[in-house]
Amino acid sequence: MSGKTILELRGVTRTHGKGAAEVHALRGVDLVVRAGELVAVMGPSGSGKSTLLSLAGGLDSPSGGEVVIEGTTLASQSKAQLAAIRRRSVGYVFQDYNLIPALTAAENVSLPQELDGLSARKARVAALAALAEVGLRAEADRFPDEMSGGQQQRVAIARALIGERRLILTDEPTGALDTETGEAVLRLLRRRCDEGAAGVLVTHESRHAAWADRIVFIRDGLVLDESAPLQHAEDLLVGDEAQP
Amino acid sequence: MSVKHSLLAVLADGERYGYQLRAEFEERTGATWPLNIGQVYTTLNRLERDGLVEPAGQDAANHVFYRITDAGRDELFSWFARPVTRAERPRDELAVKLALAVTVGGVDVAAIVHAQRKHALAALQDYTRVKARLDPAELAASLVLESMIFQSEAEIRWLDHVEARVLRHARESQTTRVERPADPGSAKGGRGAAPTDGDTDTATRTPRTTATARKGKTI
Ligand SMILES: Nc1ncnc2c1ncn2[C@@H]1O[C@H](COP(=O)(O)OP(=O)(O)OP(=O)(O)O)[C@@H](O)[C@H]1O
Ligand SMILES: [Mg+2]
Repeated sequence: MSGKTILELRGVTRTHGKGAAEVHALRGVDLVVRAGELVAVMGPSGSGKSTLLSLAGGLDSPSGGEVVIEGTTLASQSKAQLAAIRRRSVGYVFQDYNLIPALTAAENVSLPQELDGLSARKARVAALAALAEVGLRAEADRFPDEMSGGQQQRVAIARALIGERRLILTDEPTGALDTETGEAVLRLLRRRCDEGAAGVLVTHESRHAAWADRIVFIRDGLVLDESAPLQHAEDLLVGDEAQP
Repeated sequence: MSVKHSLLAVLADGERYGYQLRAEFEERTGATWPLNIGQVYTTLNRLERDGLVEPAGQDAANHVFYRITDAGRDELFSWFARPVTRAERPRDELAVKLALAVTVGGVDVAAIVHAQRKHALAALQDYTRVKARLDPAELAASLVLESMIFQSEAEIRWLDHVEARVLRHARESQTTRVERPADPGSAKGGRGAAPTDGDTDTATRTPRTTATARKGKTI
């Protein structure tokens, strides 16, 4: 858990619009996520969770402060360098899945690796393995519009987990999943973090946030505080119900 | 939790003595509710008195074994068949606390809610860790653990709801005070007596108090 720092946000702000229409989506957020760590982010709708995640993944630029991934300040990177970091180091699950409609499930998953120069055949083998992990081996050659919402969501997860991604950013990755499938996805994410990736999980579901090492609460663009496990599970299991 | 029926459930599998009953009960329920041995013996005495168990001899180490009777088996299965009623569960201390909190001036309800939520989440993190380690084949223990996980989740969801309600109520009563001094919705409790000190905080808290407290009773 005391792995090296993979993601760091320093005093990050993000303002949309101008004048009267100005929205302060983030108002100064500091966050460190280390290798081996899964951090959950919880907060009401509109509190800035997706904004935080897209800044962390280099999909959007902060209005102030800086985002650092594995020691590289994103603002210092060219567009091409940034794209390479996003492909190689960052796995991203979008709140709305963001699959490419003209590509099959397997092609959606293999695309980032192919863009990175892996042969089409090798990329497909890796994609099929990743799809199998999320229980979609049989759906590999379907197009997004031939799949249910939950299946599309799992394709997006497979795409984020493929390869050697050291930073995995997920925005409501279990929104469309039933409890069992949702839990399977969380176990997968947890395992990747246990194997050394750094993960951020935005979720409304406390049951899923509970798989994280820390839960960060965000309100109105600011980090309110965070919770960690009590780490005395055995005592805790006794709880208040101990009385017969 | 019925100690009586828990012991009958373990005895349904075969004869046991006191310490064995306790150990096996805890093993089957994932060590969720520890029993003290005194409780086990008093319960066994009562079960014996009621004809639900009977002594079944001693071993070399003087452990007194018990066996379930036919009446005990009937009692156990009718217990399984009976739904658990609300009245059998402990009173919801948290609901009562929050209901009281909204009626007492100067209490930051949102802070109470958040502290409680943090605690519940930390507990949930703990349960989840235990669950992650648990062999899924341990069905009985998983079920108890998952019941606690779902209960914590429900509590957290309810706390989110309380927070949203309290905030909305504060906002609405602020608007109410400025624009619609006689809102029939929040004033009908009769407790919404106009604050006399002109303090905005008090003014916004008073009507919120009634509505949320009333809600608290129906949870
Ligand atoms: N492109 C944009 N232009 C203007 N405002 C925006 C834009 N994107 C986000 N916002 C605003 O920024 C705030 C934070 O939005 P964000 O999407 O980060 O919320 P969220 O916490 O992810 O919410 P949800 O739980 O509903 O997904 C909101 O008030 C939103 O309206
Ligand atoms: Mg969002």
